[in-house]
Amino acid sequence: MSGLTSVRARTGDAGTTTDGRDRDPGSGSAAPAEPSWLARARSKHLGLKLAPVGIALLALALFLYYRSLGLGDSVIQQSSSLQWSTKLWPQLVQHLTIALWSTVLVVVVAVPLGIALTRPPLRRFGPAIVTVANSGQALPAYGLLIIFLAMLGQGLRTVVVALVLYALLPVLRNTMVGLDGVDRSVIEAGRGMGMTRWRVLTRIELPLAVPVILAGVRVAMILNIGMATLAYLIGGGGLGVTIAVGLKLQQDPVLIIGAALVAIVALTFDWVGALAETYLRPKGL
Amino acid sequence: MSHAPKIRLEHVEKKYPGSRTPAVEDLSLEVEEGEILVLVGPSGCGKSTTLRLVNRMIEPTGGTIHLDDEDVTSVNADRLRRRMGYVIQQVGLFPHQSIAQNIATVPSMLGWDRARVSERVDELLTMVGLDPETYRDRYPRELSGGQAQRVGVARALGADPEIMLMDEPFGAIDPITRERLQNEFLRLQAELRKTIVFVTHDIDEAIRMGDRIAILGERSHIRQIDTPERILAFPVDDFVRDFIGSGSTLKGLQFEVVDDAVELDPYPTMGVDDDPARALRAAQDANAAYVLLLDETGRPTRWLSVEDLESAERVTAESGTEVLAKVELGATLFEALEQMLISAAAVACVVRDDGSLYGVVRLTHLNRVIRQARVEAREHYERIGAAS
Repeated sequence: MSGLTSVRARTGDAGTTTDGRDRDPGSGSAAPAEPSWLARARSKHLGLKLAPVGIALLALALFLYYRSLGLGDSVIQQSSSLQWSTKLWPQLVQHLTIALWSTVLVVVVAVPLGIALTRPPLRRFGPAIVTVANSGQALPAYGLLIIFLAMLGQGLRTVVVALVLYALLPVLRNTMVGLDGVDRSVIEAGRGMGMTRWRVLTRIELPLAVPVILAGVRVAMILNIGMATLAYLIGGGGLGVTIAVGLKLQQDPVLIIGAALVAIVALTFDWVGALAETYLRPKGL
Repeated sequence: MSHAPKIRLEHVEKKYPGSRTPAVEDLSLEVEEGEILVLVGPSGCGKSTTLRLVNRMIEPTGGTIHLDDEDVTSVNADRLRRRMGYVIQQVGLFPHQSIAQNIATVPSMLGWDRARVSERVDELLTMVGLDPETYRDRYPRELSGGQAQRVGVARALGADPEIMLMDEPFGAIDPITRERLQNEFLRLQAELRKTIVFVTHDIDEAIRMGDRIAILGERSHIRQIDTPERILAFPVDDFVRDFIGSGSTLKGLQFEVVDDAVELDPYPTMGVDDDPARALRAAQDANAAYVLLLDETGRPTRWLSVEDLESAERVTAESGTEVLAKVELGATLFEALEQMLISAAAVACVVRDDGSLYGVVRLTHLNRVIRQARVEAREHYERIGAAS
C-alpha cells in the first residue's frame, strides 16, 4: 500500500505546487521589493515553460530505467506485467479514458449546476447542495468505489460515476465562487443597459468567472487521474493494475514503473491545465 | 404646459415584501424634455430607488410610469432600458472588454452594423474628451477613475438615447476631476439636450447640475421641487433649509448675472485731463469714497480716493491704486462679490467686451437682487398655494 499512497501524494503535490506557482503573478505585483529577475521570470510564465522540460526528463529517466531492466531475461512476473504493448499501453489508455470521461462529465454536471445555484430562484439551495458535494469528497474514495460497485456492478462505467461524484465539488464550488465573485456593479450596469439575464450570464458573468472555474476543473482533472489508480479495485483497469501487481508480487521495478507513469500523466495534465488557465483567461483581467 | 412631459411618474409606490412601510410612497413626478432633474436628499431617502424605478431595475408595486405618452409600466423591461442611458457611481465597465466593446454594448444589442458601431464609438470617445486612437483598444483596468467614468458616460450615450439616468455618477471621483467632469458634462448636455434624471446626495452638485432640483425626504416624499434659484431663495420648510445648509444666499448669487439688462448704479468717473475738484464734488454728491479714473477708451484703470483728489493739483495715470476687481458683462453676482472683496473701493467694475466700463456692482445691488429673488420666490409659492 505504501507505493500507492506515495503515488497519490505525488499527484497531490503536483497540484498544490503548480497551483501555488500560478497564483504568484497576481500577488507578486503587490509584494514589495521582489528581485527584478524573479519578476521578469514570472511575467514570462517561466514555470509554464520549465514544466514540460521537467516532465520530459522524468519520462526519459523512466524510459532508461525500463530499458535497463532487460525484460527479456528478467523474472517472469516482471516481463509479463511490464510488456508495453499488451499491458502498459492499454492500461494507460484506460487510465486516461477514465480520467477524461469523468472530468468531462464533472464539467457537464457541475458548471450548469453551479450556474443554477447562483441564480436568484435557486440561490437558497446553494449551501445544501455544496454540503452534499462536500460529503461526496469527504467519503473515503475506496468506500465510494465499493458503494457504487454494489449499486452498479463492475466496470468502467461504475468507476466514472464514482469519480464524477468525487470530483464534483471543486468544479461546483469554483463555478459558484467565480460567478459570485463578479463585481455586482458590472452586472448592474449590464442589466441597466437592457442586457437580458441570459446575455449578462453568457457575455459578462461566465467570461469573468472563467479563470476560477478553470482552476476548479484543473483540480478535478488531477483528482481524477489520481483516483483512476483505484479503478482496478472494481475491474475498471488503468495503471492501478500494474501498481497492484508490483505490490502483491513484491516486484519493486513493476511498482516503480506503474507509479512513475501515473505521476507523469498527472504532471502533464496539470501543465495542460495551467496552460489553459493562462491562455483562456479573458483579456483585460 | 400643454405638451406631455418626457417622463411622468404617477402615484408610484415600491413596497418590499416583508416591510411595513414602503421604500417609495405615492411619488408623482414629471421630467420635462431636455432638462436635468436632480434628485437630492439624505442617505436612505430612496432617491436611488426612485431612479431605478424609472428604468424598472426595481419594479414598482403601484402607480404608473409614462415616457412621452406611452405607458411603460409593464412593457418588456430589457427593451425599455435600451432606450435609456444608465450611469452608476461604480461605473461598472466590463473588465474583459475593450473600451470600444464597452461603448458598443447597446448599439450591438440593437443590431447596428459593424461600420456604424465603430464610427459611433469614435464619435463618443471624442465627445467625452478621450482620443479614440489611444483609448479604443485599451481595457478598463488601464483607466483612471475619471477616465473610466467618461467611458461610462460614453457607453450610456451609446445608441443616442433620449433619456439618461445617472446615479451619483461623479460621486467616487476626486473633487478636482469631479468639477471638471461636471463642467464638461454640462457643456455636452447643452449640445445634446437629453432628458436627464440625476441622483446625488451633494446639494452643491445638485445646484450646479440641475435645471430643477427635487429635494426628497423619507420614502422619497418630495419636500420641494423647483429651480435651484428658487429653492435657495425660498426653502419651503425647515427640512429643506437644513438640507441646503448655511450659505444658501451666497450659493444663490451664482444664478444672478450682471448683463446689459441689469441697470447698475452710476459711479463717479473722471478722465486724466478732468479737474480733480469737480470729480471730488461728484464723489461727495454720490456719497462715494472713490472716483474711477478711466483711460481715453473708457477702460477703468485707477481708483482715486477722496484724499488723493484733495491733495492733487491734477491726476496722472499713476495716481491712486490700480483697478484689479473687474468682471465682464454676463458674469454672475457670485464672481462680482468675489471681486468686491478684493477691491480697494469694495465695488466690482463691470466691463464690456472691449474693456470699457459698463457700471459697478456695490453691496447694495447684491442686497437688492437677493431680496428681490426672495420676494419673487415667496410670491410664486403663495400663488401656487392659493391655486391649489
